[in-house]
Amino acid sequence: MTRYLLPLAAFALLAIVLGVGIKQSKTKGVVVSPLIGREAPDFTLPDLLAPPKKFDSRSMAGRWYALNVWGTWCVECRAEHEVLVAARQAARLPIIGLNWKDDEAEARSWLAQLGNPYEAVPIDAEGRVAIDYGVYGAPETFLIDPRGVIVHKQIGPLTPEIWERDFVRRATSPTGEGS
Amino acid sequence: MLPELGHFALILALLLAGVQAFFGLAAPALHRDRWLAAVVPATAGHAVMVATAFGCLVASFVRFDFSVAYVAQNSNSALPLVYRIAAVWGAHEGSLLLWIVLLACWTVAAAFGVARLPPRFAARVLGVLGLVSFGFLLFTLATSNPFLRLVPAAPDGRDLNPLLQDPGLAMHPPLLYAGYVGFAVAFAFAVAAMLEGRLDQAWARWTRPWTLAAWAFLSLGIALGSWWAYYELGWGGYWFWDPVENASFMPWLVGTALIHSLSVTDKRGLFKSWTLLLAIIAFSLSLLGTFLVRSGVLVSVHSFAADPARGIFILAFLVIMIGGALTLYAWRAPLLRSDAGFEFASRESFLLFNNILLVIAAATVFGGTMAPLISDSLGLGTLSVGPQYFNPTFLLPMLPLIALAAIGMHANWKRGRLPQRKRPLIVTGLVALAVSAALVFGYYAGRPGLALMSLALGIWLVLSSLIDPVDRLRRGLTLPRAIVGMTLAHVALGVFVIAVTAVETYTTERDVALARGEVAHVGGYDFRFDGVDAIEGPNYDGVHGIVQVTREGQAVVTLHPEKRRYLVQQSVMTEAAIASQAGRDLFVALGEDLGAGRWSLRIQIRPLINYVWLAAALMALGGLVAASDRRYRSARAPAAEAVGPGQGSPA
Repeated sequence: MTRYLLPLAAFALLAIVLGVGIKQSKTKGVVVSPLIGREAPDFTLPDLLAPPKKFDSRSMAGRWYALNVWGTWCVECRAEHEVLVAARQAARLPIIGLNWKDDEAEARSWLAQLGNPYEAVPIDAEGRVAIDYGVYGAPETFLIDPRGVIVHKQIGPLTPEIWERDFVRRATSPTGEGS
Repeated sequence: MLPELGHFALILALLLAGVQAFFGLAAPALHRDRWLAAVVPATAGHAVMVATAFGCLVASFVRFDFSVAYVAQNSNSALPLVYRIAAVWGAHEGSLLLWIVLLACWTVAAAFGVARLPPRFAARVLGVLGLVSFGFLLFTLATSNPFLRLVPAAPDGRDLNPLLQDPGLAMHPPLLYAGYVGFAVAFAFAVAAMLEGRLDQAWARWTRPWTLAAWAFLSLGIALGSWWAYYELGWGGYWFWDPVENASFMPWLVGTALIHSLSVTDKRGLFKSWTLLLAIIAFSLSLLGTFLVRSGVLVSVHSFAADPARGIFILAFLVIMIGGALTLYAWRAPLLRSDAGFEFASRESFLLFNNILLVIAAATVFGGTMAPLISDSLGLGTLSVGPQYFNPTFLLPMLPLIALAAIGMHANWKRGRLPQRKRPLIVTGLVALAVSAALVFGYYAGRPGLALMSLALGIWLVLSSLIDPVDRLRRGLTLPRAIVGMTLAHVALGVFVIAVTAVETYTTERDVALARGEVAHVGGYDFRFDGVDAIEGPNYDGVHGIVQVTREGQAVVTLHPEKRRYLVQQSVMTEAAIASQAGRDLFVALGEDLGAGRWSLRIQIRPLINYVWLAAALMALGGLVAASDRRYRSARAPAAEAVGPGQGSPA
């Protein structure tokens, strides 16, 4: 009769393997981004705001800042833009706007019309830097600490609440080094 | 308002599925025949609520309701209507709902089908189906609710994954899921029969049409997916042994074995416990496929919305459903006895070998699919299993299977004398060998060996399948649909083998870089590149190349391979241009812009590749025709079991 138990035993074994598989896929980190806690990839790209100068991400060392990935083709970025402009006026955290796979002229007129919340706008025309940062789709925003480590990643548009809670408060908390 | 209505309908569906499962299973178990009356109304209510929920989600998509998170993530104001509807199953939440909808469709069909069967058995079938649906509804509501609102509403959506914006792919998931879910009916019949404790031949008879129909849908779904990979992905192939492809292929292989073993159980009362086990495994593999795709345990080009929390839920569900069924099996199967015997060269033997080979094939696919996961779980490092493993190991059981099929269908039941119609078999075998030798050495030249063998086997199978129907027609007999279906499927398998052999052995492929006006010579055709033009679609822009194809100076066709840039998701998609010419496909995909008017192009000439999918569609048609045989529909055919009072079978 034991042979009729074999399928059940085989299945039990399989279930254990699958269980372990799930556990590992968890520790492997299906978190927001595997880059959190790691050093932000360095890059040098032309700066839309001050051509022909280039923006070097290493120039931000020693400061907290937010790296916002945007493009004029991105509809949700338009809604987010107001939040960023307001944030700039509060001036509590510098924002670098990575202009992703965009048209330069359109990006300029966008900033002229809607206001410029950014300290610098590196132009990532081919999307190479966005790939390094694991960007799925705009908008995405990274919080980077003075040592150049990615502390947090926001997928999708920022709201004033999210900006205050996840970005400004982290950057200015006593445990952080603040700017 | 609509999303809330849909959400509410989903909750009601969950409750009604629970009622259906409870009364369906408890009434026969506790001998409360009056409870039986609750099963069908609960089933109907459950189905109506599922349809309502699905309708609400479809309406949210059609009406651009970007306040629904799922709609905002998978649609866009520029998305055409057809794709807004297809977008409903464009991601995890909606495809789960589609699963549930199709399960409800099968359940309703089963409710009509079992109405003429003994009421307790019918209640158990619906009870098991209710339990399956309950599990999936709970899963949806707990971890993957498609009706969640987005606050604030998105001004516009993020658009449907451009890969999915293709008519082939719009239909691929519904067909595939219809097949997956269809095996739930065979599973429900098996569990009901085990609960009943009476596994006679009637059970196999009742199960056959459902299995055939599910198998047919699965065949179509797989074929459509493969066609899509070829046409849309522009990879130039039709099968990649990707884990998700394998997940759909394993239930297909086991389902094929099940169809054949059911015929033995039906006709001869043999292989009973084996057939039960196959019915359980076929559905288990469908569930496992869902698990593998949804949990993120396996990494694949297909997997979307991987989430470990969902994985744990599905695993628990798997343990309850499959573990429960297999426990029941371990308890009931020993009671089964087959007193009938059969001799070595009888049809039973051939079908036994058919089953063994198909299960071996499924096991090799299973092993290759799970190996990376197992190696990872044991900490042995990352392992990647590709075509180098799958192609040879899969071919090994398949070639003998074709030969056995060609001979086996002429074997007698029970008696072991070698097949009747020995002469036509030998004649067709020789013809097949001669034709394939002529093709391999004459027409195509080169690469004999394996190609010769599999071509000959394919041709032999086609001819051998036709012997019996031709004979019957010549004697003025009518062909029952079961025979027509079987013949279609076997001929299709032969055509499939021939086509795959031709494609695998005789495809010509060249990657070229051409400037405007330059010509590439590939396989007797001249491909002249006439530059690129800008194109504009509803939600994409891009370029298409102009390639003039000529053969010996005669114009053949102009091909327009496209490269599209989808505006919202900013992803670039390749649309290969394919023209079918005299039994072969001319395939041109536009590669990279190399600057100065030069482009890289991939040119392929693939003989008979259309027949790969045509064969698959023919197989599916065969399955459907066989499923519609009147044997399965006649109310009096199976010996009805003795059941309690209140048995009313509408004749």
